[in-house]
Amino acid sequence: MTVLAVVEHDRGIITTASFGVLTAARNLAKQMGAKFEALTIGANADALSEVISKYGASTIHQAHHQALIDFGPEAWGESIAQVVRKTSPQVVISSGTERGHEIIAQAAARLDLPAAMNCLEFDKDFNGTQPLKVVRARWGGSLMEESQIDAPIKLVTLANHIVEPQEELSTAPATVLAIDVDLDDSVTQSFVQDRVERVAGVTLATSPVVVSGGRGVGSAEAFAPLEELAGLLNGVVGCSRAVTNNGWRNHTDQVGQTGTRIAPDIYIACGISGAIQHWVGAMASKNILAINIDAQANIVTKAGYAVIGDLHVVVPAISAEIRRRRNL
Amino acid sequence: MNILVCVKRVPAPGARINITSDGQQVDTAFLGFTVSPHEECAVEQAVQLVEKHGGEVTVLTLGPAEAQEQLRTAVSTGAVKAVLVPIDTTDWDPQRTAQAIATVITELEATNGKYDLILFGNESADSCGYQVGIRAALKLDRPIVNGAKGLDIENSVAVIRRESDAGVEIYKLKTPACVGVKEGINLPRYPTMKGRLASKKVEITQSTASGEVGGLKLIMLRRPPERASNTKILGNGPEAASAVVDLLEELGVFK
Ligand SMILES: Cc1cc2nc3c(=O)[nH]c(=O)nc-3n(C[C@H](O)[C@H](O)[C@H](O)COP(=O)(O)OP(=O)(O)OC[C@H]3O[C@@H](n4cnc5c(N)ncnc54)[C@H](O)[C@@H]3O)c2cc1C
Repeated sequence: MTVLAVVEHDRGIITTASFGVLTAARNLAKQMGAKFEALTIGANADALSEVISKYGASTIHQAHHQALIDFGPEAWGESIAQVVRKTSPQVVISSGTERGHEIIAQAAARLDLPAAMNCLEFDKDFNGTQPLKVVRARWGGSLMEESQIDAPIKLVTLANHIVEPQEELSTAPATVLAIDVDLDDSVTQSFVQDRVERVAGVTLATSPVVVSGGRGVGSAEAFAPLEELAGLLNGVVGCSRAVTNNGWRNHTDQVGQTGTRIAPDIYIACGISGAIQHWVGAMASKNILAINIDAQANIVTKAGYAVIGDLHVVVPAISAEIRRRRNL
Repeated sequence: MNILVCVKRVPAPGARINITSDGQQVDTAFLGFTVSPHEECAVEQAVQLVEKHGGEVTVLTLGPAEAQEQLRTAVSTGAVKAVLVPIDTTDWDPQRTAQAIATVITELEATNGKYDLILFGNESADSCGYQVGIRAALKLDRPIVNGAKGLDIENSVAVIRRESDAGVEIYKLKTPACVGVKEGINLPRYPTMKGRLASKKVEITQSTASGEVGGLKLIMLRRPPERASNTKILGNGPEAASAVVDLLEELGVFK
């Protein structure tokens, strides 16, 4: 029996989500009394065998084809499908990321097997022979689903940040097996053709301070005081979907299920009610300060701190107090 | 250019999601319904593309009879044809959904010719399965890329922009092709008066399709554990500013 971890990487650089996947695959294999194997796609990922070995994989399959020089969802999915046909693992697991979901769905479609995305837990009694019970995230994490994968080979993605990466203490070097995959024209057009690199700098996803506004802000112009406060705190401005829907701010600023998930040191939510789809994007914040006229608003009852009042006066007052203390 | 957009009717819960007592569904007794946000943007993108290149937009949904409401909404914002694939009220699993959708599309194409583009939402807002579009595309023998935050057609090639941690990736697919769209690709328009009228008049085609039950079986839904919170009220109105800045200092975000 085997658990196969599909290692997500970008042109040979392993993604952080992959470490959790390798750890989860090893834990599951141990529980099943199965072998833990890994798969890398493209020769540019061959060098990853060293780091993968540290996680305790006994065999590393390296899928090779001249076309595999960048990411391509269909070619990657087809490569996984071919390796799965050859090695018949009981479980195939990859990362709960955009690429991870996509390649697992591609592989599952090609193998005509079910797939469960964003798994949070696997059945502790699973031994490889029964259906696999999982708990997976729905609604971007606002709801959990217990379900069962009823198929000889179980394909899953692991929800991001769920398993703490942990190297194996004592490992023997892994056996490395190169495997040539067969990719035809039907899968080779969907490779990345071009890229525009992002300019470095803090983004909504990485900023330690986020000052966010909702419908209560009232207009695009009324975000100016939020911009000012964010500037004083070296943070960035975020918003709710009500704001992007009104065209007041760009979708890149949206926090939530269909926006960005954030985990700043402090999230200052101004005039935001805290709908579940918004909350799920903000709940990983270390501290939340809600500024709202409604003391019963969902965000107020869930936040660690709150100010009850009109954001149009409270936000400028905070900025003024900061300037006063800094003698600005 | 003809574009088909597959949309899903989903509930629109507010502060919390309640579950029916049998644990099988979201309790929608007091909820409105909407089109999944990614698909709302997919409809808008399709309408923008035909405004630029000519052609028409068809929307398709697999869902309960009430999902006509979501088809009509799509028509009110620019789609001209609507297809309902009716199912009993409970969700179908992703394999079954994809198979039924692919079957209906094949039937539609037998009379209307191939759609240049078939758009899906990147993932449905409620079940978040991330796979129906991909499975349907494979059955239809068409390429697909997910995660589109930009989509244009140049000389029968779909040019897709997608975001990654490092920046933007560009994909190019020869049409006919499928694309999974994400919210943020555009700002969906509001219905026009003319659109509202059209949505009332549009004849909704019903296409039945079955599909084999797939291997992912729902056991039950449950809510994640709620984080207990004792909200500390720092004050009322602008007088709270001093307490807020004390907190910011304490947390080390303001020095
Ligand atoms: C499938 C799906 C996905 C979604 N994804 C997202 C998502 O990613 N992100 C997201 O944000 N939403 C998302 N939503 C929308 C979400 O359900 C809410 O509609 C939205 O978050 C509401 O935004 P809001 O809090 O700004 O507005 P409202 O709910 O209208 O709240 C406004 C708040 O402002 C307060 N207020 C008003 N005036 C003032 C004032 N002067 N001073 C202080 N407070 C004031 C009010 O008391 C109220 O609490 C999604 C919805 C669905 C169905």
